[in-house]
Amino acid sequence: MAELSKNDEQEATPNVSDVEVVDAHSETEAVAAIEAPVDRGEPILQVRNLKKHFPLTQGILFKRQIGAVKAVDGISFDLHQGETLGIVGESGCGKSTVAKLLMNLERATAGEIFYKGQDITKLSGRALKAVRRNIQMVFQDPYTSLNPRMTVGDIIGEPFDIHPEVAPKGDRRRKVQELLDVVGLNPEYINRYPHQFSGGQRQRIGIARGLALNPEIIICDEPVSALDVSVQAQVINLMERLQDEFNLSYLFIAHDLSIVRHISDRVGVMYLGKMAEIGSDEQIYDHPTHPYTQALLSAVPVPDPEAREHRERIILTGDVPSPANPPSGCSFRTRCWKAQDKCSVETPLLAVPEVFMGVDSPAAHESACHFAEEKNVVHAA
Amino acid sequence: MTIIEDSVPVPAPRKGGADDGPLLEVRDLHVEFHTREGVAKAVNGVNYSVSAGETLAVLGESGSGKSVTAQAIMGILDMPPARIPQGEILFRGQDMLKMSGEERRKIRGQKIAMIFQDALSSLNPVLSVGYQLGEMFRVHQGLSKKEAKAKAIELMDRVKIPAAAARVNDYPHQFSGGMRQRIMIAMALALEPDLIIADEPTTALDVTVQAQVMDLLADLQREYNMGLILITHDLGVVADVADKIAVMYAGRIVERAPVHELYKRPAHPYTRGLLDSIPRLDQKGQELYAIKGLPPNLLRIPTGCAFNPRCPKAQDICRTDVPALLPVSEQDGTELVGRGSACHFWKETIHG
Amino acid sequence: MPDVTKTDVQTAVATDGGATTPVAAPAAKPEKSRSLWGDAWNDLRHSWIFGVSAVLILLLLTITFFPGLFTDTDPIKGDLAKHFLQKPKLGHVFSADWLGYDQQGRSVYARTIYGTRASVAVGFGTTLAVTVVGGLMGMIAGYFGGIVDSILSRLTDVFFGIPFLLATMVVLTSFPDRTTWVVIGALAAFGWTQIARVMRGAVITTKQADYVHAAKALGASTPRIMFRHILPNTLAPVIVVSTISLGVYISAEATLSFLGLGLNGVSWGNDISDGGNQIRVAQWIMLYPSIMLSITVLAFIMLGEAVRNALDPKLR
Repeated sequence: MAELSKNDEQEATPNVSDVEVVDAHSETEAVAAIEAPVDRGEPILQVRNLKKHFPLTQGILFKRQIGAVKAVDGISFDLHQGETLGIVGESGCGKSTVAKLLMNLERATAGEIFYKGQDITKLSGRALKAVRRNIQMVFQDPYTSLNPRMTVGDIIGEPFDIHPEVAPKGDRRRKVQELLDVVGLNPEYINRYPHQFSGGQRQRIGIARGLALNPEIIICDEPVSALDVSVQAQVINLMERLQDEFNLSYLFIAHDLSIVRHISDRVGVMYLGKMAEIGSDEQIYDHPTHPYTQALLSAVPVPDPEAREHRERIILTGDVPSPANPPSGCSFRTRCWKAQDKCSVETPLLAVPEVFMGVDSPAAHESACHFAEEKNVVHAA
Repeated sequence: MTIIEDSVPVPAPRKGGADDGPLLEVRDLHVEFHTREGVAKAVNGVNYSVSAGETLAVLGESGSGKSVTAQAIMGILDMPPARIPQGEILFRGQDMLKMSGEERRKIRGQKIAMIFQDALSSLNPVLSVGYQLGEMFRVHQGLSKKEAKAKAIELMDRVKIPAAAARVNDYPHQFSGGMRQRIMIAMALALEPDLIIADEPTTALDVTVQAQVMDLLADLQREYNMGLILITHDLGVVADVADKIAVMYAGRIVERAPVHELYKRPAHPYTRGLLDSIPRLDQKGQELYAIKGLPPNLLRIPTGCAFNPRCPKAQDICRTDVPALLPVSEQDGTELVGRGSACHFWKETIHG
Repeated sequence: MPDVTKTDVQTAVATDGGATTPVAAPAAKPEKSRSLWGDAWNDLRHSWIFGVSAVLILLLLTITFFPGLFTDTDPIKGDLAKHFLQKPKLGHVFSADWLGYDQQGRSVYARTIYGTRASVAVGFGTTLAVTVVGGLMGMIAGYFGGIVDSILSRLTDVFFGIPFLLATMVVLTSFPDRTTWVVIGALAAFGWTQIARVMRGAVITTKQADYVHAAKALGASTPRIMFRHILPNTLAPVIVVSTISLGVYISAEATLSFLGLGLNGVSWGNDISDGGNQIRVAQWIMLYPSIMLSITVLAFIMLGEAVRNALDPKLR
């Protein structure tokens, strides 16, 4: 059993289940554990109390730390096999840092990331390489995520160069062409360069690269926000089809709440490095209990002026505070209309609020608010 | 702390300035860019007009020519490579394209102001916000330093920047994205222009801040009875504030309509496709409708209707004849005021 | 997934093809594979600056490698009795007495032709050495950052602060036998800082690109990331600086030779120095090597300009 650090209260809830830690004594055992299949719906990736603090330093030669930007400040969640978990939040809430931590592109300050029971923050060598093969990423900006000096064939084929065991050398060209076909591009484009493609086509190339190693998890960091509206739908549909075809689990990070609702099975809402609320898409969108989620949902522009006029709007005042200097207690309290003295003293924990404890209602899901109450802001009142 | 409004009344389209004609009228505007690969036709015959107190939203994707049109109005296109082979831009009846540089400069800033998407790069990082705001008054109205500063504080108050007097000497980087965009708005408002052009004013902002900025813009517009051209790609943002909408595709206006009409009954397959392809917050569908294909290459705009390779309704005529922007009517022939569609099959699209 | 998706994707395929080869113009040739280097080369070919400088540089290289094609006269052996300070006979194009003789009775034409080799060798040699050393320093400092960067950057600053010519002169005075290698070494030892700075800046920018993150996420090794992803994307500014500095090193060599600290042997700088003493009676001794030197430096600076125009996407 894993030691679940400080968040023991959450163990009972469905979003964070127990971690079955695999004690691997050798690299081979670790690789074997990583290669083992996971049943659909079982947790495949478990994040526990993950933190990333970027030190703020002063001085050129003799640097000293004067503070820290708490980009991610203790979040926990599970990703189940075959599902899409959406993470929403405003800029600076730490959602992209979560993606980088999960990809091992940044080192976590604290906390664990269990992939099939192995803490990947502690892996290295062969085992880490095996994890990398199974967790892939699709980036936000299709204009900077492809090397402009490489052909499409080299870009999509690069995963095979790094992991030669996946495809024998003679087979690679065919594999790359297959991948191009899978993402809806002409296989004859293999010798072209990225600048010869439009944004939507480039994003398809990025997705093909992500699929090359046959991964189990794909982390998507704002995969469509840089695309034109008419192309976004194509890419979203493609991603949904690929999920079914290749049995993928998605962690879908975005700021666009409508797209997240469309693609996700479960949704987590982040604010200032913490998870404010997490639950199924229905729980979050139709029965939000955290005031931040409610404000966020009510602020989404709806392309329907009539529905718009009948909707309640909550307009938050002020801006997101700096993560270098977050408010005490509940970090949302400076913009919250419900805030009371308690909020500045006591940090609310992410758990099913007491009022909903034992209540059989969609509102009974984890929400980090002292004064959680249900409010339907999406549908016309 | 927070304002909860039960319903936000959307201003009814006003017939502002009906007596003295529209504030700004763009007639058959063409803009092309000469590049190494050939001539990119960015704007191909755009017509629109804005009256005082009216909000026109110009909606389009990247490459639709929506921003280029605005830059042509402001006179801030780089020429060359850009060229305006034909067209007129009438401000209060006078063609700005025929004016001298000096005359245009007078209109720009004093009569027409622009708000850009990226507030950080539009503000000078080494000058304080108060100085930059005050500069408008010093240069155009010859006020003293002290008076200009007082005016700057007043403006910052008006765009609801908290503690304006204390922050007037701060530098742009000390403000958050939303606050910077407010400063941009304040700057545009400084000389109380007749018309404001806002190019994607909220695209770089977070949702919760977007709503604040859009509301501010709408309030100020009402207060000053200004004309507003709102350029955006976001169908949701438009729905909130616009009176009428012009949808652009490949440098042409393909549809125009009062805001409610457009969303209820689009008369162009492109508009319909766009509306269908955005996921809705209050519905969870199985699959999104996707407009097939890619936005056109401006160097090689398809013949006939530019949308024909992507259109589900395309027939032979669409590949040969360019559809004109024609008035749209009800099935019984009564004309729908302010509506137009550039589709050979608009009847089928709106009534079908 | 329902069948709808399948057909949807197929139409996407069809239209993807249609967009690059527009339906409207079926006669148009399908777009070929075009690399960024290919685009730059295409630009270069159409630039007249490049044309002029390329012709000049080709000529200089031919002279360097085959001086015998241009003159039969020995540049070292002179006939004092016959040719002492003989005036040029400009009518005798390309013959030994075309550009006159110096105070030791040696043909100025032959010396100018044979002097090319020294200049070009030092120019190319130094540029190569500087690019490799500076490039490596810049790459390591930029890629690893932190303490490595601090140390290497301070080292670069120290070297950058030393006056370039003065330092090379000090070094060269301690070498009695100044071969091409010695001169290249001395110039390169103090010349690498500019390339290192350019490279470091380019590497730091490129390092943050998403494609580098993507490669790391795939588990790519450090050499792979450095040489396959970062290097090709940082080369452009380095090539521009290198090409321009080629001309600079050629003139530096001439300066050193003029001061008596350059190569032992035939070189333009030595001749300009010798000619300086005779400037009142025999201007031609100094004039012709100077003209060649100016043309050579100009040719490389023009080449650098043309390459910059072709490689810098911002100017497009």
